[in-house]
Parts: sequence; structure tokens; C-alpha cells
Amino acid sequence: MKKENFFWSAVKLGLLGGAITIFICLLGMMEVFSKRAVIEKVINLGQFVLLVTIVAAGLVASRRTSSRLDTNRPVLNLTAGLVAGLVAGLILALFVVIGYNVNLRSVFLNASPPLYNLLTFGKGQGYIWPLPLIGAIGGLVGAALLLIPAVYRGPLTRALIFTFFMALFSGLFRVVMINQKGVVEKAAKYFFGQTGLTIEGILIFFFAVFIIAFLWNYRGKEVQARISRLPKRGQLSLRVLAILVILYIVIGLPTVSGPFIAQVIVTVTLFILMGLGLNITLGFAGLLDLGFVAFYAIGAYTVGLLTSYGPFGLQHIPFWVAVPIAVLVAMMFGAILGLPVLGVRGDYLAIATLGFGEIVRLLAGSDFLAKYFGGPQGVIGIQKPCIGTLAPFVRMDVPRVCNGIELSTVQTIYYVAIASALLIAFVAWRLLESRLGRAWMAIREDEDVAEALGVNLIQTKLLAYMLGAAFAGLGGAIFATLIGSIFATSMQLIVSINVVALIVVGGMGSIPGVIVGAIALIGLPELLREVSEFRYLIYGLVLIIMMIARPEGLWPSTATKRELHHADAENVSAESMV
Amino acid sequence: MASILTAKKVTKRFGGLVAVNSVDFDIPEKSIVSIIGPNGAGKTTFFNCITGFGKPDEGEILFEGTPIQRLRPDQITRLGISRTYQNIRLFAAMTALENILVGEHAFLHSSWISSVLGLPGVIREEKMALAEAQRLLDFIGLRGKGDMLARNLPYGAQRRLEIARALATKPKLLLLDEPSAGMNPRESEDLTSFIHKLRDELGITILLIEHHMRVVMGISEAVTVLDYGEKIAEGTPAEIQSNPRVIEAYLGRGAATEGMATAHERFTSSKKSN
Repeated sequence: MKKENFFWSAVKLGLLGGAITIFICLLGMMEVFSKRAVIEKVINLGQFVLLVTIVAAGLVASRRTSSRLDTNRPVLNLTAGLVAGLVAGLILALFVVIGYNVNLRSVFLNASPPLYNLLTFGKGQGYIWPLPLIGAIGGLVGAALLLIPAVYRGPLTRALIFTFFMALFSGLFRVVMINQKGVVEKAAKYFFGQTGLTIEGILIFFFAVFIIAFLWNYRGKEVQARISRLPKRGQLSLRVLAILVILYIVIGLPTVSGPFIAQVIVTVTLFILMGLGLNITLGFAGLLDLGFVAFYAIGAYTVGLLTSYGPFGLQHIPFWVAVPIAVLVAMMFGAILGLPVLGVRGDYLAIATLGFGEIVRLLAGSDFLAKYFGGPQGVIGIQKPCIGTLAPFVRMDVPRVCNGIELSTVQTIYYVAIASALLIAFVAWRLLESRLGRAWMAIREDEDVAEALGVNLIQTKLLAYMLGAAFAGLGGAIFATLIGSIFATSMQLIVSINVVALIVVGGMGSIPGVIVGAIALIGLPELLREVSEFRYLIYGLVLIIMMIARPEGLWPSTATKRELHHADAENVSAESMV
Repeated sequence: MASILTAKKVTKRFGGLVAVNSVDFDIPEKSIVSIIGPNGAGKTTFFNCITGFGKPDEGEILFEGTPIQRLRPDQITRLGISRTYQNIRLFAAMTALENILVGEHAFLHSSWISSVLGLPGVIREEKMALAEAQRLLDFIGLRGKGDMLARNLPYGAQRRLEIARALATKPKLLLLDEPSAGMNPRESEDLTSFIHKLRDELGITILLIEHHMRVVMGISEAVTVLDYGEKIAEGTPAEIQSNPRVIEAYLGRGAATEGMATAHERFTSSKKSN
């Protein structure tokens, strides 16, 4: 082992880490993120992101050293981490010095005085020496993380990740808990600051999770075994209990959380509906559709036109009647799109469907069809769902009064959305298990062979398009009544791309994967308002990392899992053959 | 014997190339018939014409008296013709059992709505389908391997699974495209007896393309030889082996490419052993 080797590799990693931190600063992330605390009055999100970068550099440097040596040598590992962190810190300090003396702003808009102020902790130009020091300590910590025995490392990572999430979303928890009054309110104020956790909160969360995870390592198997040893009725009642608890939370959530969180959950649910739809065409049958938003738009416009009292309303039928019609219309358009592109495969199919999505959006927003769809003005005055009877029809521009409960707020439409998502997830699951689901999988695997085995390609593919479209149409229908108005501009291509991305990230062909993907890609960015400016930057980064580190998705279907396991097995057998 | 499949003057062109040229062909019911010929002679193209993958440009193909040359592959399969492929084409990421279940697709009737609702008829049908798939799995000697991914099965098992999947469509005529490719002599012997078993126990007519002369001569009741898309000979194995045109087709241009050279070698060695 050559010493220069490990040293220079650590220096290189330090340079890389420093470059990333400067990149983050110049993008303006630092400034925006610094408005949100991680630990109140101690560290903000911007500083935290920089620190994580440096710690990561230290960790990687330490790992490289170990892999070069084939073992851990604590002194060398720590030195590597220290060097990497120190170099990164020095680079950042150099950046600050340059920034104070040279005007970078003509090129980099975000290289502003407030940024340097943040980097020098508000103390001005002379105060740059803490940066290398913090860098070195961060690098050391990163290197040390690798040296911790595995027994502690697992619980430690879990505790860190959990605490970080609590810190990110502490504002939300705080609002929800403060609404509860009494002890809960006090607890909220104890744990959570305005945006970050308090020091007490951090310590309690961290150690609680650490201890639980640590104990679970030892006792988890035993607990699981004890549960599986329970008599059947006991297990059943345990399951029923779990379902009841989840149900209680799901039903109670919107009243406790207030409209903002309900709104986010409804948005996620609408994307889940679209995701479940595309999961049928793309995940099950392997037909890539890049214009999926078209069906969402069709569902939304159908409900809009059938229930609106605005200038473009055609009817005033109740929401509950309009929804099935919207689903059927979306299905019909699924077939209309499906027919011409039946023979088109792969990349060509993606482009053809992309065109379809754009055509629908442009037509809906065009002046040419403005007298039917409102053109750029959109369809407004869409009635809310009504549980009870509607007053008789008076005139087109007068809404029908609801005698009963009108689901007029986000918190009430929440229930409609959640119920639809559950229903559709069930339908998708049944379809997957059915004869049709097998035929779809066969088409995905090998179209010609499937046809030679008696699978009618036309019928089967059309059904995939139609059912996928139906799910998206339902999502669109709920969207229309939620917003109360629809505009062609909200049916952008980016929505389709989001749906594809959430399926890929969640796990192609997996129903829980769609839900996880929607929460991760749609829900989290909605909740983190500060991040939304950099949404697509982070989004792209996450996609790239996912495709490299976990191509099967967050919650892969059994089939994909099998495939990847197979790949591993093949590698092993190939190596053993050599 | 009545014929199950009759091809009349079947021609298939790819641009200027005539892949199959005016071939007349007849398969008697419950027989085992082989097509042989040098590489590129049009054997697989002829198979594709029968199974509907490449519609013949001219001519007519009758299956039990019904013209099938205009039908789609899935319709032809429903009539009772099934096939395997030269390079195995299983659904690699599906289990062995699922592969067979896809083969049964045409004979299951539950609609998607009834599947979603979970009607008792669907549940009964699925149970029957699963039992049938298990039975086929047993038949090819893969009992207990149903949950394995098709691609993880050993080579010989994949070949047999492909046949089982074809059998799941309840064929009257089974087309095997080079079933013994890549098999050692012992395995091809097993295959020969397996094909006999298919015909004798299930009453399925068999048409095979085969390069392995030992298999062809041992198993076939009639052999047809194609060369450059044309039928150059037809008859019993013994007649074919002494046919001068056949020998010329294999020997005359044989040395040019390796594929033909091997075919020639096999041909002469099987002649010697007879």
C-alpha cells in the first residue's frame, strides 16, 4: 500500500466536496435553505447541507482507504477523513476570500453579500478560519462513521435519518399539535421550534430511535416469532387492530391537520390515481405512454362541463353521476388513442403518445374550440360534490343548491380522493392477479410469443390503454371538483413526466411502489416549500441516484425483485465458473 | 390417412428474395413429419407462414380444411396449431407455472370485470387452470419447479417448458423448431422418446425442423427437404438418404460455410451408422 495513494485520493475527494459546496452556494440554495432551521438557533438547513457534503467526503475518503487496505486501519481512515474535510473547508474559505475581494456577481447572481455573511456566520471578512476547522471536524466525523461497529451503525443511521426528517417537517408537526391544545401543545413547543427541532427535541428523538432500533436488533426476531406463534384468531385481531388504527388516523387526519396538509395529501392521491393507471399500461403491459396527462385532462373537462354553472357548463348533473361518465369518456379516449398506435412499439410509441398528450392540451386551450372548452379562460364554476339531494335545476348560470352536506372544502374532498385511491388500488391488484394481468405481462416480456399463445394483442393492449385511462380520468374528475375550475395550462407535459418518474422511482409494475413513489416525488416537495425552487434540480439528482443505486425502485414488485436477484446469482455463477 | 394440414403453392418473398417458393406440403393426421435443409433454406419462414407470423404472398394453407393464411397468429393458435422457437423464447422473468398459464389464456374465459369482482366462476376457472398447469409441469418432469423463474431453469428444462407452454394451448398440430439444438446425444434421445410420447399419448401431430440427422431419421415418418426455398425432395427417411438431389444440396455447396459443413458431417455419419 502506497501512502501517497490514500493521501492524494483524500485530497481529491476534499476538492470534489469543496466544489460541490461552492456549487450549492452559487445556485442560491444556501441562502434559501438558511431560512429553515434544522436545530433551532444552532444550525440551519443551508449549513446542514454543506456539512453533510463535507461529512460525506470524509466518509468516502475513509471507505476508499479501507478498500485499498482491505481492512480498517483507524489512524489512516481518520487521517483520510480529516484531510478530505480540511481540503473541502479550505476551498470554501478560499471561495469566501475571493468573494469578498472580487465581484463575482456579474456572472453568478447568487454570489451576494448575504451569502458571504452566512458563510462567515455574520461576522464579516476576517472570520473565515472556522470553515477549515469545521471541515476538518466534519471529515473526521464522516471517517469515524465507517469505523463504528455494525451493531451500532444501523441504529445510528436510522436515528439520524429519522431525526433529520422530524427536523425537516417539524413546522408541520408543530402546527398540527398546537391545534390540539393542552399537553400536546406544550409538547409541541418543547420539541419543535418555528421551523426546526429544539435541542431537547433533537436529543430525545435521536436517542429514542437509537435505543428502539438497537433493541429491535436484538429482540426483533423474538417479537416476530412470538406474534407468529399466536393462535390464528389472535393474529387476525392484531391485524384488524392495525387496520383500525390506520383507518382512525386516515379519517381523523384532515380535521386535525388543517387544509394545507389535506391539500398535499389530495394532490398525492390524485398522482397515485394517475400512477396506478400508467402502471397498468407501462408497468404491466410495458407500453410507454408519455401523454398520460391527456386522460387526466379529459376526466377533468368532462366533469367540469357536466357540472359547471359557469359560461361553458352543459349540464348540472350531480358530481356522483358525472364521475362515472368522466371515467367512461376517458376510457373511450384511451381506445381512440390506442387504436392508431397499436402496431407502434417502444420509442416510437413514446413519441406518438407524447404527441397525443400535447394535442389534447392544445385543443382544450385553443381559441378555435374556446366556445366549447373556454380556451385560455378555462372552465370555471364547477360544483362541489353533494351528499344529499340537489335542488331542482333553475338556469344554466345558477348553481343547484345542495340539501345535505356539500363537500366544499379540501378536508372533505380528501375522503373522496382517499376512497377512490383505495378502490382503484384494489381493482389494479385484482387485475394484476387475473388472466388479463398474465396476458399483459406476457406482452411486456415478448409480444410475438404472447400472440402465438393465443393472446389477442389488439384486445389486450386496448384494454390496457382503456383501464389506464379510466384510472387517470377518475383522478382528473376529482381534481376538477377540488379546484372548482380547470385550465388547459395545468395539463402540462411535466405532469406526464412526473407520473412516469414516480412509477420508475416507486418500482415498475408494483402497486405499493406507486404509492411510495407518489409520496416521495410529489408529497415531499409539496411539503418543503423552501425546496420547491430547486425542485427539479433535486428531482433529477434523485432520479439519477436511484437509477444507479436502486434501479428496481423503492418498493419493487416481486417479479422485478426476482429479476435483480437473478442478475446477482448470474454474476456469482459466472465468477465461480472462471 | 386424412391430412391435418395442407399447403398449396405457398410462396413468401422478402423484397427480391424468394424465401419460400411455391411449396406444396401435406401433413397426415397423427404423424411425425420433419423439414430439413441447409441453413437459409426457408424452413423457419415456412413455419412462420403456417403460424401466421408472415403471411404468405401466394398460395393457400388449409388446416383441417379451413384456410388459415389470412388469420392472425392468435386465431390460428385457437384453431389448434402451436409452436416452439429455434432460440428459446420463454417469458424469462415469469415463473414456469406462469408461462404455462399464459399458454392456457385462449381457453379461459373470465372477463376483466368478473376478475375484479372476484366472481365464483372466475375462482373456479383459475383453480382449474392452475391444476392443468401443474399437470403439464408434471408431464414434462418439472414437478415442484413451478415457482422458479423460467430463465433460471437448466437448458433442457427450458426446452421442455417451452413445449409444455405450447401444449397448454391444446394443439392438434405442434411445430417444433430445432428442438434438439444444443443438446447432447443423451438429451436428444430423451427428446426423441418425449416426442413419441406426445404423439402416442396425446394424439398430437408433430412437424419439426431439425438439423440433427440422427433425430430426424430416427423419429420421422416422412421428411421434406427444402433448398433455396424450394422443395427438392419428399419421402421416408430411407428414401431421402439415398436421394441424389438431397446429397448434392448438402455436399455440393456444403464446404462453403461451417453450418453446412456440420450438417454434411452429421448427414454422412448418420448414413454410415445406418
